[in-house]
Amino acid sequence: MIEIQNVSLTLDDRPVLRNISLSLSEQRIAIIGSNGSGKSSFARLLNGLRTPTEGSVRVDGLDTRKRARDIRRKVGFVFQNPDNQIVFPIVEEDVAFGLKNLGIPLDTRTEMARDILQRYGLSAHSKHPAHNLSGGQKQLLAIAGVLVMNPDYVVLDEPTTLLDLRNKLRICNAIDALEQAAIVVTHDLDLVKDFDRVLVFENGRVLADDVPNAALNRYVEAMLDA
Amino acid sequence: MLDLYSEGNSRLHTMKPGWKILGLAISGSLLFAVDNILFSIAFLAVTLALYAAAGLPLRRAWAQIRPVIWIFVLIMIAQALFNSWWVGLFVIMRFAVLLMLAGLLTLTTRSSEMIDGIEAGLRPLSRLGLRTRGISLAISLTLRFIPVLASVVREVREAQYARGLERNFLALTIPAIVRTLKMSEDISDAIDARGF
Repeated sequence: MIEIQNVSLTLDDRPVLRNISLSLSEQRIAIIGSNGSGKSSFARLLNGLRTPTEGSVRVDGLDTRKRARDIRRKVGFVFQNPDNQIVFPIVEEDVAFGLKNLGIPLDTRTEMARDILQRYGLSAHSKHPAHNLSGGQKQLLAIAGVLVMNPDYVVLDEPTTLLDLRNKLRICNAIDALEQAAIVVTHDLDLVKDFDRVLVFENGRVLADDVPNAALNRYVEAMLDA
Repeated sequence: MLDLYSEGNSRLHTMKPGWKILGLAISGSLLFAVDNILFSIAFLAVTLALYAAAGLPLRRAWAQIRPVIWIFVLIMIAQALFNSWWVGLFVIMRFAVLLMLAGLLTLTTRSSEMIDGIEAGLRPLSRLGLRTRGISLAISLTLRFIPVLASVVREVREAQYARGLERNFLALTIPAIVRTLKMSEDISDAIDARGF
């Protein structure tokens, strides 16, 4: 469970999140909201990439302020633009990067990298340069690079924003198939219809916290009122 | 090195990258230290034999020097004018052999193995407080982001053309640098997120 208690976040003297308290335990949670509402900053709090200015974030009891390294192993993070997440030039080498950081020996990490690339249909590209992949394949590679580390939770920050319809569907299927609890920041309202819980962010606060239908209605109302 | 690796199982492919890097360093030094053209010719023959031993066709050796052939022509002209064509030939042969040897290293070594080799070579320096994993990661990031940065520059240039700006150095470089700096923040977060 991820527990957020009285969290506020200020970046460059600008309040980004204001006094948020939540417990996240569902298997599929979506975070939606307008641009600049604080969604992505909130997501970065969940694996310790950012620490709150006030309040605390705890993942399975571990405080992100004190145990950031352990928490990053528990909470995988997939970024919006896979080009900014892929750090090695060759596909299988990039997948193995996180495993190397975990101290897994070369033979084992090579085997694990091959397994996960097969699961995501990227085996044929394992020895290819990552920059030659399509946008969807790059996003799948980014997800594979996170999942190979076997985190307990996966946070995905707008994973379908830069993709065409076919690639969007591939990523949606990949998210559906995740065994881990997933927290997805998105503008794609179709993606979240079957989720367990939807949080609507507005101006650094949680405007609605409900099942998809009710939360989406509240979001649409807020957008039309603005 | 971005995508030059050629699959194979030869002794050169399986040799530890550290030995290959050391071999390249020694060969390069010998090539320029021994002032004897017969020695350079022998080195050329050995280099071509190594390509064959690695299962690489000779056109792959030629491909290493083809992009710089005009530089070789300029060296030859300069040497012929100020020295002699014989010296020019000697200088060109040394550079050509060195380029072919460097190409052989990249053709038979995966970038990750190369980076691991460099990391292993630098490891003694970690006792002096040097973060050797950081250096090897920087090398891999450089290789990874050359094509990404090229596409950033291309996109900015196209955006400038679309707005009627032709060949404006500042209009190209400033947005490209700003985008690159923004990207670097995300990359730094991504590296942290993957447990580095």
